[in-house]
Amino acid sequence: MNAEYQLPEDECFVLNLGPQHPSTHGVARIKLTLDGEYICKAEPVLGYIHRMHEKMAENRTWPQFFPNTGRLDYLHALAYNQNYACLVERALAIEVPERAEYIRVITTELNRIASHMVWYGAFVLDLGGFTPLLYTFDDREQILDLLESVTGSRLTFSYFRFGGVPNDIDDDFIAGTKTFISRMRERIKMYHALITKNVILINRLKDIGFIPAEMCRKYGASGPVARGAGIDYDVRRNEPYSIYDRFEFEIPVYHEADSMARYMVRMDEILQSLRIIEQAIATLPAGPIMADKVPKLIRPPKGDYYHAVETARGRLGMRAVSDGSAIPWRLKLRTPCFSNMLIFGEACRGMLLADAVALFGSLDLVIPDVDK
Amino acid sequence: MTRAELVKNLQALPGAVVSDTDHKARGFDLDVKLSPENIAEAVQLMDEAGYFLDTMTGVDWLGEQEALRKEADKGKAAAPASESAAGEPPLPQAGIGEDEIEIVYDFNNFQEPYGVVLRVRTPRAKPEVPSIHHIYPIAHWHEREAHEFFGVVFTGHPYLVPLLLPEDADYHPLLKDFVA
Repeated sequence: MNAEYQLPEDECFVLNLGPQHPSTHGVARIKLTLDGEYICKAEPVLGYIHRMHEKMAENRTWPQFFPNTGRLDYLHALAYNQNYACLVERALAIEVPERAEYIRVITTELNRIASHMVWYGAFVLDLGGFTPLLYTFDDREQILDLLESVTGSRLTFSYFRFGGVPNDIDDDFIAGTKTFISRMRERIKMYHALITKNVILINRLKDIGFIPAEMCRKYGASGPVARGAGIDYDVRRNEPYSIYDRFEFEIPVYHEADSMARYMVRMDEILQSLRIIEQAIATLPAGPIMADKVPKLIRPPKGDYYHAVETARGRLGMRAVSDGSAIPWRLKLRTPCFSNMLIFGEACRGMLLADAVALFGSLDLVIPDVDK
Repeated sequence: MTRAELVKNLQALPGAVVSDTDHKARGFDLDVKLSPENIAEAVQLMDEAGYFLDTMTGVDWLGEQEALRKEADKGKAAAPASESAAGEPPLPQAGIGEDEIEIVYDFNNFQEPYGVVLRVRTPRAKPEVPSIHHIYPIAHWHEREAHEFFGVVFTGHPYLVPLLLPEDADYHPLLKDFVA
């Protein structure tokens, strides 16, 4: 947009995008100030599904908070389970058995792929292509069936426990996962041929929605948004937790910082997750799935603890303050979408409204994760 | 600015208490206690060193002073009676006063991960901390959140209206004495 042509504020008009608009994935509302089709100002308005998880944490015992962790980012719930389990295990200095760590990695990575598949379908849907949604949900269905067989749920997982996992994986799960890996590799090739090379998609994404590295740092953006801007940062690699340092995998980084770069990061990430799962299955050790020395009553020693993991959307951090009792004194949730969403207000300035929707989709926001 | 220089500069701030922490046990590497008037300067240093603001939050320490007082009383009772009989005036109890709210800032680095925690404390009765939104724009939201949850006023913040709570909310739910 030509800056000289910008209308004075009182001649612009205000449009509410959401809270029920389908492209806002849930209940985000963005107050847009428009000059014709161009955006002068965008202000995200939050809180439509605020549930106050942080206060809920102060009302229940440490294990009782587990189900809440699956309800923040419902698409990658297992990473939230994992972070909470790791956080309390760190506070209590519990060693998790090898086999449990492997099961955690396998299920969390499967969940990551499922999350990316929802993003993929919904993102292309935002851009006007309906059919891919049906294909990606088919892939996701395969993963959910596998995860259901071990975790017992399909969406809001609450599978991990302090010290391990409650259910072991069986031969059927392993065989099913192996079949899924080979299937998914073929599907990714198909997606690239069908969608990535589609000229309409390229024109909608390339050189549009610029989020440079410095902006990512100032806003604390992480995950595919930062990696699409050339920042080589992944918590799994930079601050290894669990057993991620044992696997060979690459962190896909693109330097273009446009919507296409963020798209490509996620597509490559799916292949890397498959690699991790493959290696984990090949080296899966036998043994117990629960640590023996987990106290019946969880009372972490006085002090504050922090733990971060990489979810499908970026860096998730949890900060717990314990006063030595069975109930958390304070639990802060640092959700990745919170930081990734404010960036939209700055990045979409001067863009066409339709391009801003594409930019919004490329951020892969899950609103319950922002609203907490 | 290298890491060593950053630590040195943080230590040079008046009243700063800097201590190393064990990352494996706690999840961060450097713990810095500051007084509220120096927070903007410290955050400026973090920005110059290339860190990103991971998160910031509040902790309500209601009842902490009461617990300290009880502990001190217990200590006094346990002390040998001969000492008090000697007629020495009781020592002023350091650090016991009003309850406080702590604001915790978490920083980290994309290039070489190093978790830095800055902490400031402000009286619970009149919580006020200078805003840092002009240094890190994401603090705009974090401060609005801490304001609505704890009632902390971030001086210099241009738009301190509730972010997640209803726009007319006049309560602060994460305060320990909040009742619905």
